[in-house]
Amino acid sequence: MVEVTLWGSLGAAAGGQSKLDIEAKDIRELFRKLSEQYPAFEPLIDRGIAVAIDGTIYRDTWSKELPPGAEIFLLPRLAGG
Amino acid sequence: MNFDPRYSGRSFTSVGTRPIRPDGVDKVTGRARYGADFNMAGQLVGRILRSPHAHAIIRKIDTSKAEKLAGVKAVITAKDLPDLTDGDAAMYDILDNSMARTKALYDGHAVAAVAAIDARTARQALKLIEVDYEVLPHVTDVDEAMKHSAPLINDAIFTEGLEEKPVKPSNVTKRTQYGHGDVHQGFGEADFVVERSFKTEQTHQGYIEPHACVASVNPDGTADLWVCTQGHFVYRQHCAQLLGLEASKLRVTSSEIGGGFGGKTHVWAEPVALALSRKAGRPVKLVMTRDEVFRASGPTSATSIDVKIGAKKDGTITAAEATLRYSCGPYAGMWAEIGAMTAFACYKLENVKTVGYEVLVNRPKTAAYRAPSAPMAAFAVESAVDELAKEIGIDPVDFRIKNAAQEGTRASYGPVYGPIGIGPTLEAVKNHPHMKAPLGTNQGRGMACGFWFNFGGQTCTDLNIGMDGSVSLAVGTVDVGGSRASLSLVAAEELGIDYAHVKAIVADTSSLGYNDMTDGSRGTFSSSMATISAARNAIKILRERAAQMWDISVDDVAWEKGHAVAKGEKHGNLGKLSLKEIAAESGKTGGPIAGHSELVADGAGVSFATHICDIEVDPETGSTRVLRYTVVQDAGKAVHPTYVEGQYQGGAAQGIGWALNEEYIYGKDGRLQNPGFLDYRIPVCSDLPMIDTQILEIPNPNHPYGVRGVGETSIVPPLAAIANAVSNAVGVRMSHIPMSPPRILAALEAERERFSR
Repeated sequence: MVEVTLWGSLGAAAGGQSKLDIEAKDIRELFRKLSEQYPAFEPLIDRGIAVAIDGTIYRDTWSKELPPGAEIFLLPRLAGG
Repeated sequence: MNFDPRYSGRSFTSVGTRPIRPDGVDKVTGRARYGADFNMAGQLVGRILRSPHAHAIIRKIDTSKAEKLAGVKAVITAKDLPDLTDGDAAMYDILDNSMARTKALYDGHAVAAVAAIDARTARQALKLIEVDYEVLPHVTDVDEAMKHSAPLINDAIFTEGLEEKPVKPSNVTKRTQYGHGDVHQGFGEADFVVERSFKTEQTHQGYIEPHACVASVNPDGTADLWVCTQGHFVYRQHCAQLLGLEASKLRVTSSEIGGGFGGKTHVWAEPVALALSRKAGRPVKLVMTRDEVFRASGPTSATSIDVKIGAKKDGTITAAEATLRYSCGPYAGMWAEIGAMTAFACYKLENVKTVGYEVLVNRPKTAAYRAPSAPMAAFAVESAVDELAKEIGIDPVDFRIKNAAQEGTRASYGPVYGPIGIGPTLEAVKNHPHMKAPLGTNQGRGMACGFWFNFGGQTCTDLNIGMDGSVSLAVGTVDVGGSRASLSLVAAEELGIDYAHVKAIVADTSSLGYNDMTDGSRGTFSSSMATISAARNAIKILRERAAQMWDISVDDVAWEKGHAVAKGEKHGNLGKLSLKEIAAESGKTGGPIAGHSELVADGAGVSFATHICDIEVDPETGSTRVLRYTVVQDAGKAVHPTYVEGQYQGGAAQGIGWALNEEYIYGKDGRLQNPGFLDYRIPVCSDLPMIDTQILEIPNPNHPYGVRGVGETSIVPPLAAIANAVSNAVGVRMSHIPMSPPRILAALEAERERFSR
């Protein structure tokens, strides 16, 4: 079980919650369960969500493991110049 | 990802040296081919008709007269670019921006286009197109657009992110909020509170090369596009989707690029060129004029920002709050949200809150501009930080050092930082000789910090070893700042050969797997990771071939300094085989030797910089001159230090222009008044001092060589550093960017009036 914090505009997709407990071993499973439990996440995941694991931001490595006790933040996918 | 990206702490032979860039001679002699330099037999000239109105319903477009003009081969409108975006809102906005559907949303919005045998005929044809507009009220100012009385730009927009679902449409597309702690309580603990409002005007990236392409659609459904872009794979995806083509049948080749800085990260006129070519059955070349680049490509946001920061007498910040309003042009964006994330990222804050509002205006579609949104937020925050330091009576550098984020700090945008460089850049600035240099009359010094995220992303490279032992490296990230040289250094380092034997190219979309574009400071970070991986894969094969040549087990062959070395006592007399010797035998040992890599480069590592600026202000005219400028920034590991310094200097130069001169000026009619480099003045060499740089190298733990991105952060501190310098020079807080002579004079005059009352 990992605790996931939702930041910025993402909280609205989970009915206004800012923290969720989800059983997931990696980013792929986290996204799948988020979509199952909160369908509003599906289009957001399609557009791209960044996952910060212990401070390091991952945008596309869905195989990245979520270590037990890690700090997990979901952030909007950002534009760069 | 079958590749271990962790930092290994190795020593380097090639990486960190400064060879001449492989594309340098062609660029300075004019041989390099940019977007407009490509030509095809039988090509037509494309031209776009643009709206003269800031906001108007397009009732009817009559193209019949233009079509009848001799030499005109195709005329298109939105009907020729039907909506194939299938509910993808972001792509729909790009489509509508490429060619207006029902409404012209800004001065310069494309409404029709022609392809003709020459430019003169094309221009004549544009004049023959009759557009029946119903002109609507417009709004171009970000604060005005938020008022309830403002003209609505899109009546289907209801503000997202509000606690209660709005019942009326609005120009505010979204509200976002970041932060932690309790700012109300934090301000209650403060001995000093500074609360100020700031504005920044809209600026353009100012790339010298305009948008340019040649499009050729063939009768069999295949197509080619030669184009100036930051991401040819992304342009392929966009164009294929908008034109209904199969991506693999659209081959996109990127030209050399004369600057992008975020402005060439999505398509603008390219779908129009392809649609014209499809209709005409001939290749079409489309090059934007400078007027079109200003009016109809993507500048950055104009902003309006309120900041409040409180601190104790000992200099500890107790609370920080900002409200950020960013213009998006007429389409939804997330520019204020990025500003809200980055605003206080440099600081260790117990109580912080930022709120962002994305605001529609009748201006061109906002695009990324080098660390998009962060410079404006940093301007507001760093100005307030300086003022707060002054009120407390503490040195502004010491104040920042006391409150700087560090490893373990919770960032204002959420996560806890790993190893970061804000503290070291501040310490370096504190000890820099620049900070101790004397100042003269009417001169001021300012400093400021800046933050940017940096990204990685999808990356693919091919490394091929020729039979003569030379190496060609094909990458898919467009070289905007010297990355071919840097990636050649990385390939040479990993293989253990001389840099001179490596030649890097940017491959077209049919020759290499998908690559994300060169944005987010990712080019060298991502492609160097893929190059290291590709080289290591090639080394595996080189070892196998050496084992064959020696007739020993590959397990007994190691790779050291460009040579296969047989390990073990029984192989003691075998000596070494160089890469060149193994390559020469490759035809007889299994064929070509190559290394391939496809990976997602993630964990780019956040970046910080601190800048120092000395400026002189003429109190009579308000004119300014930057006397000295120093950039201190963490690079992780500088692969090619000269190009890292070039990025630092380039960002600072753009920031200086933004801070002092550059500004989109709209008339009451909603038309852009200064769409050219004479009236929109970017800094030239004679405006700038030599910009000094200091590279710090705090390794990124998520890259084998410790590399971080370096391209963007350097534009984040300048607005604030220069504003602090001007404010210190004239004794008046400057709160509106650009600080052009009339604004400085007005600020001085207002101050005089305040004292005379």
